[in-house]
Amino acid sequence: MVPFGGWLMPVQYTSIVDEHQTVRNAVGMFDISHMGQFIVSGNGARDWLNAMLTNNVAKLDVGQGQYTFLLNDNGGVIDDLILYRIGEAEFLLVVNASKIEEDFAWLERHLNEGSSPCQLKNRSADFGGVAIQGPRVVDLFHDLLGQNVELPARNHVIDFVIEEMPVSIARTGYTGEDGVEVFFRTSDAARFWNLVLERGAQFGTKPCGLGARDTLRLEMCYPLNGSDLSADRNPIEAGLGFFVDLKKPNFTGREKLLKAKTNGARERLIAFKMNGKGPPPRPHYSLFSGGNRVGEISSGTLSPSLNIGIGMGYVSAASAKIGTPLEVEIRGQKFPATIEKKPLYKKQS
Amino acid sequence: MNVPEDLLYTKSHEWIRREGENIRVGITDHAQAELTDVVFVELPKVGASVEAKAPVAVVESVKAASDIYAPVKGTVVEANNALTNNPALINSDPFGEGWLFALKLDNADDLKNLQSAAAYKDQIEA
Repeated sequence: MVPFGGWLMPVQYTSIVDEHQTVRNAVGMFDISHMGQFIVSGNGARDWLNAMLTNNVAKLDVGQGQYTFLLNDNGGVIDDLILYRIGEAEFLLVVNASKIEEDFAWLERHLNEGSSPCQLKNRSADFGGVAIQGPRVVDLFHDLLGQNVELPARNHVIDFVIEEMPVSIARTGYTGEDGVEVFFRTSDAARFWNLVLERGAQFGTKPCGLGARDTLRLEMCYPLNGSDLSADRNPIEAGLGFFVDLKKPNFTGREKLLKAKTNGARERLIAFKMNGKGPPPRPHYSLFSGGNRVGEISSGTLSPSLNIGIGMGYVSAASAKIGTPLEVEIRGQKFPATIEKKPLYKKQS
Repeated sequence: MNVPEDLLYTKSHEWIRREGENIRVGITDHAQAELTDVVFVELPKVGASVEAKAPVAVVESVKAASDIYAPVKGTVVEANNALTNNPALINSDPFGEGWLFALKLDNADDLKNLQSAAAYKDQIEA
């Protein structure tokens, strides 16, 4: 068990590699009860959120979600989150555990900036959640919900009742596999967890910890806030401009991002693979190109799917092209690596 | 958790087997279970002189890199090169094929500073 965002969380239940393969081949369940939930509602909710967040909230139909950023005035990332439109004028924000207080304080401070009123509530203590991920997740949910019930489409959320437990099921995840994130009342958390393990056994469902969550997301190059994202990095540098709508007339950080886009970022978040076997790359190891230090690793591990060291790191823009040879300094010795296209892992179809 | 009676142990989870003037060193079953999935091992050089409690090897799992310490002062006389190609031997056979290195003792009396199987068992069950 390790401290994580104010919670004690298991790194692994059996082994990271075993849990990783379970998600790639069957179904893995992660406890994500630590994540925060805010509800924003009222006539002004949509426009206010559109000014607070980078993605375009106006594109969301009821029942639909989007990945988005909460930025500071410098365009740096306070948090990355998923925003769901759960009613005509009601939104759910799912935020990182370690950022609940900071996000809430920031949003609360800016709450009166909208033209029409809206309410903001921190409901984090009321909900538990699990991420259920892997190629057999549809089979598992047909068993839980009935063979004729369809799961929500990608990035959509639908409310269901499972064995008298009201749940919200969102078709999203952090692993690169098909999957869902399910939110339920805190009081139902243990019962829901046990139900999934019991009914999921026939599909190979196993509990998975933070270790596998990290190796799975890193193979997909999904960023982790605090490692790959921070208050002094903007989404353009991180290569996540897709989730920033610069055409919106105003949102926090817009001017800085426009500048970053026009002038080009000084550094970029790249993905790399080690060229051969060796010690796994880890956060904060230095990256070299042509003998010069060009940056450092933000996330690194041994990829259980590829069986080779992988990672991401910020390097100077001139050294950020795909195919650029790099060297990773590990305990005074340099090991060759190559900048690769994201994601590092592609599912065999 | 397996803690063989005939070995000595450090607080930092190395085991020590006395072999005359030499000792053989590895990490315990408890340590490998905590690390899981060992994927890389960096071994000390044969001939190197090492001080007690100095980091002399590195065992890396998917989770983290862990330093391995010399239990006592001595000279490295063997390193388990089989681990270079098959680091998972540490997981499958921590007290056997997963050994890390052997030291020639500087002073056999130094072994008195190490703990017994019973004491180590108390440590990991505490």
